[in-house]
Amino acid sequence: MNAAPLVALVGNPNAGKSALFNALTGARQKVGNYPGVTVERKAGRLTLDDGRPVELVDLPGAYSLEPSSPDERVTRDVVTGTQDGERLPDALVVVVDAANLDNHLRFTLQLIALGLPVVVALNMVDLAERDGLKLDAAVLSRELGVPVIPTVAVRKRGLDALRAILTQTVVNGPIRLRKSDGSVQDDIVTLQRRARDIATAATLSETPVRRWTHMLDGVALHPIAGPVLLLAIMFLMFQAVFSWAQPFMDLIDGGFTALQAFITSELPDSLLRSLLVDGVIKGVGAVIVFLPQILILFLFILVLEASGYMVRAAFLMDRVMASVGLSGRAFIPLLSSFACAIPGIMATRTIDDEKDRLTTILIAPLMTCSARLPVYTLIIGAFIPNTQVLPFVGLQGLVMLGLYVMGIVGAFVAALVLRRTVTKGVSSGFMMEMPKYQWPQWRDVGIGLWSRAQIFLKRAGGIILISTVILWVMLSFPKPPEGSKVSPVDYSAAGRIANGIAPVFAPIGFNRDIVLALIPAMAAREVAVAAIGTVYAIDDPDSNQGGKAMVENLRGRWSLPTALAFLMWFVFAPQCISTIAVTRRETNGWKWPAFMVGYLFAAAYIMAGITYWLAVFAGL
Amino acid sequence: MDTRPDRSVSLETLPRKQHGIVAAIDWARLAGPEARRLRELGFDEGVDVEVLHRATLGQGPIACRIGRMTVALRRAVAGAIRVSPTPAAAE
Repeated sequence: MNAAPLVALVGNPNAGKSALFNALTGARQKVGNYPGVTVERKAGRLTLDDGRPVELVDLPGAYSLEPSSPDERVTRDVVTGTQDGERLPDALVVVVDAANLDNHLRFTLQLIALGLPVVVALNMVDLAERDGLKLDAAVLSRELGVPVIPTVAVRKRGLDALRAILTQTVVNGPIRLRKSDGSVQDDIVTLQRRARDIATAATLSETPVRRWTHMLDGVALHPIAGPVLLLAIMFLMFQAVFSWAQPFMDLIDGGFTALQAFITSELPDSLLRSLLVDGVIKGVGAVIVFLPQILILFLFILVLEASGYMVRAAFLMDRVMASVGLSGRAFIPLLSSFACAIPGIMATRTIDDEKDRLTTILIAPLMTCSARLPVYTLIIGAFIPNTQVLPFVGLQGLVMLGLYVMGIVGAFVAALVLRRTVTKGVSSGFMMEMPKYQWPQWRDVGIGLWSRAQIFLKRAGGIILISTVILWVMLSFPKPPEGSKVSPVDYSAAGRIANGIAPVFAPIGFNRDIVLALIPAMAAREVAVAAIGTVYAIDDPDSNQGGKAMVENLRGRWSLPTALAFLMWFVFAPQCISTIAVTRRETNGWKWPAFMVGYLFAAAYIMAGITYWLAVFAGL
Repeated sequence: MDTRPDRSVSLETLPRKQHGIVAAIDWARLAGPEARRLRELGFDEGVDVEVLHRATLGQGPIACRIGRMTVALRRAVAGAIRVSPTPAAAE
């Protein structure tokens, strides 16, 4: 054989597959705790004791070989050799939670019946022992007829034994499925009873001890304390995003201002200087400033997932979600969408029901993602006075909260309408395993954060830099003739295009500058801020002193109703190419992304218009 | 097994912390995928269950222990599960 043997990690959700995968390969992968956090193909390399390399692939968690979600379908198709782009594995490592044997063994029995070489990793034996459960791996191995290795993936225990067994198991040679069509039609109930018998046989002693999880759930799921705790966590999360991030943001802002001053003083006044200062630094700097906020938001979401709390939140929210035709499961992707709609939409893969999942995807962009923060912060800072409404409650914060609430209300109304029209169907249920609470592995949280930071910085360095530079070029040329009264922006190519489109947006109070910002902001919402920065830098080349000048410019050129309409536009507008692309991928076609873009733009236009005219009539 | 007259109650109304043995599951009342997922989570006649939590006052879901696992269910599903309460559950 020329290719390295393929070994697949399979098991129920929450068996600790991802942790074992990380421990075996040292690869970078997100470790979460709600069923099915592993949604993409994750592969890594493992070296066997005899030096042979093995490709290890981490499959999505599944309860059986009968898939009920897109995730589980991948798992079934890989282990039966019918998945596109994946060969039949040479061996399976079935990961089972030692504390949950009777359930996990049923799937193990199904997998063993396939006929592939199998090694069972009896994972989390330490937690099982903490819960008063003593198991006999030898009995388990005899009953199942395959090797069983006790492991503790997060403490890297049992890995050497696992590798040694794999070295014997993975033989170079053709592997054939016992049942070539892959249909394992054994009755689930029969398998379950057999699994329970084996679990009982392998259990040496079982003393009920007070379990941490039950104690914590006593509070987290309490009818009154539970929702209060959830609200408190949400409050803390958003509070942290806005206050903890401030010192870091000031630091980054200071850095960019210094860099700008340095280049301005070192380079002669030229086109290159204008490109660097007005295009690159103003544009990219205006966006990178928000990295701390985005990372803090992701920190909370990663920790909530990894600790097991996220599923409790889904449990508490099921009632509310059911009232708009969704289930508590939709809460997890929607909460992630507050950080970014892309991981949110990807997390919908764990929703079994197709209609439910589609509705969740369609409303996910309404959750206020972190890319809107730069826009909101700039406009609120410029137009909303920083007065105290109540002790500790400022008007600016209240407006920010209002925009978040507006997005949530919009999403709920949209879900309600969609579930009665385009995604009509019986409401799917809510049935979910609630995993044990666990301390998040800080290393894994760190890896998750680092990959988010990289994605964001690549966006800032790629898509945002490019669209900012293109905008700068189109704004800078052609230059008005010497002594012309026409402003450089109006004379430029971009200005002419914007002036042409502007009449469409005039009824909702948008001026030329906004239209100029909206077009490049299709690439990513944050670009709007960069674009406004570039427009004013070119229009008013004398004011080179950073963020303060931009705020002054905004105040001078925009009316308050216009600013409010602009904010409302951003609550609804689907201004993010990546979100549209991921929706296309997840719904297999252009139909749903086209529908999503259409309904969101219509909502944005109408809501911005209503806001503008209400504000005008209110005399603001 | 208990052969006395049926004393079973629905899982939906089983008091909190009261253990019970699943007596019967009315599979016909459940949608296909729902029934399958319920089986996959280990619900079966003769299994020990216990209601751990009921969500917010209204008609929210319930969390119950089955085997060594905690599972969240909607009340409609719990209503299809008949349970014979076991006397004096050991803590």
